[in-house]
This record gives sequence, C-alpha cells and structure tokens, in this order.
Amino acid sequence: MKTTQILIAGFGGQGILFAGKFLAYKGLLEDLQVSWLPSYGPEMRGGTANCNVILSENPVGSPIITDPDVLIVMNLPSLQKYVNTVVPGGQIYVDSALIHEKVERTDVQVYYIPATQMANDAGVSTLANMVMMGHVLKNHPELTFEGTEATVQKLVPPAKAQLVELNMKALQAGRDYEG
Amino acid sequence: MAERVLMKGNEAIAEAAIRAGCRHYFGYPITPQTEIAAYMAKKMPKIGGVFLQAESEIASINMVYGAAAAGMRVMTSSSSPGISLKSEGLSYIAGSDVPAFIVNVQRGGPGLGGIQPSQSDYFQATKGGGHGDYHMIVLAPASVQEMASLTVKGFHLADKYRMTAMILADGTIGQMMEPISFEDAEVETYEKPWALTGTGMKRPHNIVNSLYLKPDELERTNFARYEKYKAVEENEALWEEYQMEDAEICVVAFGIASRVAKNAVADARKEGLKVGLIRPITLWPFPVAALRRAADQVKAFVSVELNMGQMIEDIRLATECRRPVSLCNRTGGMIPSPQQVLEAIREAQKGVN
Repeated sequence: MKTTQILIAGFGGQGILFAGKFLAYKGLLEDLQVSWLPSYGPEMRGGTANCNVILSENPVGSPIITDPDVLIVMNLPSLQKYVNTVVPGGQIYVDSALIHEKVERTDVQVYYIPATQMANDAGVSTLANMVMMGHVLKNHPELTFEGTEATVQKLVPPAKAQLVELNMKALQAGRDYEG
Repeated sequence: MAERVLMKGNEAIAEAAIRAGCRHYFGYPITPQTEIAAYMAKKMPKIGGVFLQAESEIASINMVYGAAAAGMRVMTSSSSPGISLKSEGLSYIAGSDVPAFIVNVQRGGPGLGGIQPSQSDYFQATKGGGHGDYHMIVLAPASVQEMASLTVKGFHLADKYRMTAMILADGTIGQMMEPISFEDAEVETYEKPWALTGTGMKRPHNIVNSLYLKPDELERTNFARYEKYKAVEENEALWEEYQMEDAEICVVAFGIASRVAKNAVADARKEGLKVGLIRPITLWPFPVAALRRAADQVKAFVSVELNMGQMIEDIRLATECRRPVSLCNRTGGMIPSPQQVLEAIREAQKGVN
C-alpha cells in the first residue's frame, strides 16, 4: 500500500467523523502517515457530514480528497454525490439498510452491508458506523483486525470505558458479515 | 522521539502555547477556531493560568494589550471578522512595542463571509489591518506539526522583538487532525525591564503607551521601530523549497494551498515539467531573497492562493517583475484541486516555450 484516500459520508449524527478518527488512529498505530479532515459548520448540525482520511506510507500532501480510493456512505444523498468520484478499481461501502439503490458502476468493488439493521440487532443501535468500519478492516488486510481494541481505547474517554466493548461488538459484527 | 498523537491544528496551537509558557488567554468564540478557546478553557485553570471569554473581540484584544504590558506571555485567537474587530488593538499594541501572540484561523470574506477555509486576510496580516505604520511577524503553518512549532516560535519572536507575532492559518489546517509529537524543549524567557510590574519603590515608573502628541517624537518612535523591522526582515524570513534545483516554473504557495500545490508539482514532474515550489513560512517578513534568487533561474511564477490574488503582489515586488507571475486561485471557502494547479503550471509552461 502506498496511499489510500478514504471518504466517509452520511448524515450528521451517524458518527461519520468518529469512524474517520477510528481509521486515522488505526493508521497511526500501524506507523502510517495519516490525515483526517472533517466537514465542519452548518452541515454538521443535522445535514450531511463527511470526512477525508488519508493513510499513506509517505508524508501526506493535500489532506483534501477529490478522487477517493475508498468511499463509505451511510445515506443516499452521499452515495449520489460521490459515487462517480471513486477511482476505477476503488471500493464503495454502502449501508444497505438505509440505501436501497444499487451502484451501477462496474469498475469498482461494491460492498453492501445492512449496518444500521445489524447494529440494531446487536443492541448497539448507535454504532452502525463501526459495523461499517469492521467490514472495511476485513477487506483491508494491511490494517489488520489485530490492535483494533487498542485503537478504540484511544478514542473512548476513560470515563466511558464501557463503550470499548460495545464498539468492539459492532466492529466484530461488521468483520464477520458475509455479504 | 516523543509519542505521536492525533490532534486538530487548533488544539495543537493551544497545547504548544501552554508549553511555550503562555498562561493568559483572552478570546471570543468564532468558527473555525473555537477549539483553541475550548482547549484553553479546559487546561488553563488546571495549571494556574487564566482563560477568559471576553464580552467581545475588542475587549479581548485590549486584555491582551494589558497583560502584554505587564510582561506576560499572552495570546488571543479568532477568525477573519473577529480579527478585523481586534485590529484597533493590534495597532495600539504595535505602537506600544509590547509582545503579543495572535492567531487568525481564516474563513472566507469579506464581511461575515462564510466559515470555510480562506487565505483572504493576507493583505490585512502583512500590510497592517490596523492604522499607522506597523508590521506583525506573520507565520503560515502548513501542517498540524507546524501549527505547534510556529506557535512556540511566534512567542519567542514576539518577546525577542517586542512586537506581535501572528499565526495566519485557515479553516482546513485548524480543523484537520494529523499526527504530532511535542518535543520537550526548554522555554526560552526574555528579560522585560520595560514591563509594568510595579516599581517596588526601587525604580522609576515604566510607561506603556502609544500616544505621542509631538510629531517629532512620534516620528522618532516610528523610525526606531522600522530599524527593528529591518532586523526582522534580515534575520527571520523562513521558507521551504521543493524540487527547485532545476525548476523552470516556480509555484509559490503557503498554508493549505502549498499542500495542494505540492501534489500538483509532483504530478507535473511525472509529465516531465521542470517545476518546483517555494513555500513562504513567514509571510512577513516575506522570503524576498529566495524569490529573487528563483527569478534568476526560472522563467515564470505561479501564485496559488485562496483569495483573489494578494501574495502575488509580494512575488512581483520581490522579483521586480522580471518574470511573469500568474494566479491560480479559488475564493469564498473553495480550495483549488491539484488538477487546477497542474493546469496553471501547464499554462505557465506554454507561455515561456
């Protein structure tokens, strides 16, 4: 792997930025160069949110992603907005519990994960974002599932340590999903 | 090597300021820099420092003026419209020769503008903003690590020259997270015999003031201040050069624009174009020597800016218009793509073939 540009998008409140932070910390703990750039401002308050994460073996140039290698979408407007920006040969991860459209492109690898449904079923209804991340890790062997708990611990404040277990549950569900 | 942690650019500024010995923060919230105030609000009370959210930007800059006059390491931070409000105070601080540290995490303007990243306060930062003959040292970080290192440098330069040092960042660098490590460095301190610390009945009163009603006296202070500025220009200019050894086209960009430009330069090199980048790290003093030297070597310059073309004037001045300088820009919160910069490089190349 040289450089992977990851765009995560959805509604504000779905944990889009948190998911991006998870990937950024995962990269950091694996000694990669990383950048994390959030959308900020009005769109964060209930509208669409997106987050640019770059993982690289080299220093990161521009942190702004125009042509992602990996697109992770958790609502329909985001899929429609970004589907054609993904580079040929790239990956698209779709929360198919919320997005019922199929991707028409044939030059990308598409993964449909009913993440919101899976999160509800697993009793971690707010963690569909981490179900998605679990499935991303599954398809990115360079990010290994190993060390995931250490990553989550970096993200969860000590006072809310019980959330580590819930996040792991969501991540494992995403990893084990056979689409 | 210290541990690498992920931090937002804004938080990196706040942490670095504390490590540089800043114990006084006065501010007023505004997007996209509010994380600085939030970090200070959390940390300052724990280390015996002062965090104060003032009733306005104007109040906060005058609190900075007061604390600086008392010899404290002090800072404020804001974003574009807020810096306009602080500009009167910046002029008073300059006229009083006290050291202060200011952060402007720019957003689109003019007016209330927008909240997305911009570099349209270049003129305001480098040419004044407030009234009167004065300059500030203007530092333009291009990474989260530099947000921290230039903050530390800013405090030192401010104390060393008894003037304001400003970080001129933008919403992107403020909001993004990158790995950063804080090296434990000695905090350099400076004697401040001019500060208002109480005479203890042992010395004459110090006076910090910017009012000189006698014109000859005011002229003297201005001449003296410009001697100091001359020393800053001679000694403190900072820049980075990238692939300039054999360059025929020189891209000039600072802050977030330089990150985009670097990608474009790398892409252009793949096409066989001989292009390099000069990234001013100090915007005032502008790296005139580097630009002048480049003008001896390259055939054209491309200025990449998130504004309608402000730094381009300094490039033309530094190079005495010996080479064509074209502008590649977006404004209002938009950021050029590497593709747009690449196109501008190709155009510049066509112009000199």
